[in-house]
Amino acid sequence: PNLIQIFYLIATGFFIVGIKRLGSPATARSGNQLASLGMLIGVVVTLFDREIIAFEFIIAGMVIGAFIGIFAAKKVQMTAMPEMVAIFNGFGGGASALVAWGEFTRLDPSIFDTQGLVTTGLSILIGSITFTGSFIAFGKLKGFIGGGRIALPGQNYINLLLTAIALGLVGWFAVDPEYQLVFWLLFGLALLIGVLTVLPIGGADMPVVISLLNSYSGIAASMAGFVLGNNLLIISGALVGAAGLILTNIMCKAMNRTLINVLFGAFGGVSDAG
Amino acid sequence: MEAFIFNLFIFVLASFVGFELITKVPPTLHTPLMSGANAISGITLIGALIIAGGPDSVYAQWIGFAAIIFATINVVGGFMVTDRMLEMFKKKEGEK
Repeated sequence: PNLIQIFYLIATGFFIVGIKRLGSPATARSGNQLASLGMLIGVVVTLFDREIIAFEFIIAGMVIGAFIGIFAAKKVQMTAMPEMVAIFNGFGGGASALVAWGEFTRLDPSIFDTQGLVTTGLSILIGSITFTGSFIAFGKLKGFIGGGRIALPGQNYINLLLTAIALGLVGWFAVDPEYQLVFWLLFGLALLIGVLTVLPIGGADMPVVISLLNSYSGIAASMAGFVLGNNLLIISGALVGAAGLILTNIMCKAMNRTLINVLFGAFGGVSDAG
Repeated sequence: MEAFIFNLFIFVLASFVGFELITKVPPTLHTPLMSGANAISGITLIGALIIAGGPDSVYAQWIGFAAIIFATINVVGGFMVTDRMLEMFKKKEGEK
């Protein structure tokens, strides 16, 4: 187990240097390769974890996932990159929600302490928002969903209210984890919030939204790390969460917008859409 | 509780590192950087492996199985498209 931690530390280093190098044109490609090497180390080392005893699901899942990932990455047109990133990001966020759900399912709820339950709830909440939000972003860029602003009157207030309710459900879940209804309400509401928050945002702002969702998926992964007590997940997720937020901000500035303006910009567009 | 505080320390410190990592990024690198960071967030794959390979319940293993598929798509696809984007930049510079 100690050896695993040391390899996790190495992988973390690769991620940090990788992200750093991705920020400069001359070193960007090597940065990406370093990061992927870090990922490979993390995955291979984890397979030696004593807790892992069954490999049939692992092998089947990785083969299927890799096949789909390679196919999609090879096929995609250069002009369609942002929506491809959105889809990948959605899957990552969804995976974090599933990891938290899986850990909660396989263990007796009574052994979770409050922190474990709160992070489980947050992982499901943020991961699910990322999942559906990313797919809506994809649909908008692809033109499946109207690129303009689709919003109900007062949509922003509705979204804020729903988010507050979702956070309340996380709290309720932490107090009473064996009440199934709360768990499913939280899951469903999170998926709905992802749809409703991205839907009102105009197509031109989508890259910024995807970047923000990327930050979310990092935080979701980090929360899943809390649930599992896994350092590598906590650190890598936090790195992506923070770096993604900064990048989102930089992208907003490049467009002469503020993040608040992008997210809540539908205020002005309500009358047109309604 | 002890472990949680320790993990919280790591989380906060790693966030600070993440904030500092990115300062000035030329606009052409925005999408590749986003894509590369996104691939790293597929690290949740490691959590999926632990769930899917765990001994406790078949139900959880199926959830883990779905999580592995999702996360692997994120990781493999993410790093590959990032590489494709960056490869294109290199060619452009070469043409000059």
